[in-house]
Amino acid sequence: MKIKLPGLGLLEGLAVTGKNMVQSFYKKERMTTVQYPEERAPISPNFRNFPFLVYDKDPQAGLRCTACSICEKECPPQCIYIVLERDENGKSLKRPKVFDIDISVCMNCGICAEVCPFDSIYMDGEYEMSTDDRFGGLLLGLDRLSKSAEYHMKLRPEQASEVMARRKADEEKKAAAAAAKAAKAKADAEAKKAAEQEKGGEA
Amino acid sequence: MISDPSMFSSAPVLEGSDDDQLLRVSLGPQHPSTHGVFRMNVVLDGETVVSLKPVFGYLHRNHEKIAESVTYLSSMPYTDRLDYICPLSNNWAYANAVEKLAGIEVPERAEYMRVILAELTRLINHTAFMGFILGDMGAWGSALMYAFRERELILDLFEDLTGARMMANFMRFGGCRNDLPDGWAGKCSVLVDDYGPFLDEMEKFLVGNEILLVRCQDVGQLPAEKLINGGITGPMLRAAGVNYDIRKADPYGIYERFNFRIPLGEKGDVYDRIMIRFLEMRESLKILRQALDQLPEGDFVNPKAKIRGFKPPVGEAYARIEGPKGELGFHLISDGSVNPYRYRVRPPSFINLTLLEDMCLGLDLADVVIILGSIDIVLGEVDR
Repeated sequence: MKIKLPGLGLLEGLAVTGKNMVQSFYKKERMTTVQYPEERAPISPNFRNFPFLVYDKDPQAGLRCTACSICEKECPPQCIYIVLERDENGKSLKRPKVFDIDISVCMNCGICAEVCPFDSIYMDGEYEMSTDDRFGGLLLGLDRLSKSAEYHMKLRPEQASEVMARRKADEEKKAAAAAAKAAKAKADAEAKKAAEQEKGGEA
Repeated sequence: MISDPSMFSSAPVLEGSDDDQLLRVSLGPQHPSTHGVFRMNVVLDGETVVSLKPVFGYLHRNHEKIAESVTYLSSMPYTDRLDYICPLSNNWAYANAVEKLAGIEVPERAEYMRVILAELTRLINHTAFMGFILGDMGAWGSALMYAFRERELILDLFEDLTGARMMANFMRFGGCRNDLPDGWAGKCSVLVDDYGPFLDEMEKFLVGNEILLVRCQDVGQLPAEKLINGGITGPMLRAAGVNYDIRKADPYGIYERFNFRIPLGEKGDVYDRIMIRFLEMRESLKILRQALDQLPEGDFVNPKAKIRGFKPPVGEAYARIEGPKGELGFHLISDGSVNPYRYRVRPPSFINLTLLEDMCLGLDLADVVIILGSIDIVLGEVDR
């Protein structure tokens, strides 16, 4: 081992502390304190917090959620509660009557957003959600969970535009399929009519 | 409230004469910002430790049992909370076990991403360790702040990639959750370049310090044989000169492709344990540099891997990785349903803690704290 003057190691360490102290006055990467709430550190575009539900156009009819309960089953701390809306005959209307997320239990893992097959649930970036009502204030229902597709677009442009493009393509495909079906039905009907007429003519 | 703490201690009832009185001290439970909520029942003769019984379980939250009642994927975010200093290594260990169980292949790019993230996690853990051990020695403040300043830079990278600073929940069975964002690899590479100078500064700050030398040298030594018999792994074992690193001994992932060395200590005292972590960080930087240079294009997750309704075949698997604290293993038994039949964690912190009493006997009370610090435990993993 190298023999040093006793106390030299201490002084060397103190020099490091001194350097850091002096640099903390002028060096930009050392001035790391952000004066919250007057100023805010920029949040990463990937930052995730609590989930929200997306709707297109109308907050009630446009809700993408079909109450399939996949997120409810996969949720690790089991903080999602869904009740399916049914009409008077008991037939499923494919939309949630109740959709509650208890954000005092939610652990922000993002699995609900990952497993959703209907592009309906995504992770929000809002973080200033403190409340003095610890029961009602932290249990988010449909009214507070539903957010518009524009909000999603603003929050995560890349993800939202990809989803929108896919949904649009799907819709067009569906519309094309429906149109083709209608056209085919019409053609069939016409062919049938023509055949009947022919038959009638022969008779 | 517990009126008599001794009812939880297994130490024998002590009776001494007036000149030789033994004192029973209940150290802790400490606040989580130190090492976690942990208590030690110490019996002292003057200032010398005669007996030490660890008391833990304050942070028990039933991790293994919960995992048996939820799906395989749902356990992934819980593994973040085992050793909350290094969530991504925990993710990897668990993903490894499930991949072994279900026989899922991992694409090349995902393997590289995993190595990069695991080595960044090792940097975080060892850097934070430097701050904590100095805090244990009484130098509360500067060292911890310097360490946490650099750690925060890595956590920013994690936030950009995974969406959360610490609770990443990033690895998936057959790869990772999402691809690296644009410019992430560049940012990481800048960080790797800047980390060497920081380590130099930190070494200058600590290594030659006479107080640190006096406090740490020849404290908490144990013979290597005893450490091996106790199941100790990780930097603790290597500080005693035993060449055992799972990255070399039982390579997983793509660690064979990288050129790095395993630093070994000589004496196995607290000082060696600090130094071994410095050297390991430098080796990690080497691995990171190679991995970032070789990072291939391709899939970040196996496209055949299922997310919804994942059911592995009936079977049993144990997979382990060299976590920053030691061997981290997951043992899974599957009965073919959506949730594991048995789920067991082999936590390095917990098993490294078992020899605490042997290390502390005959030493002063002040040494107990730094020995505990040098084991580098996280109570989230000890108590599970």
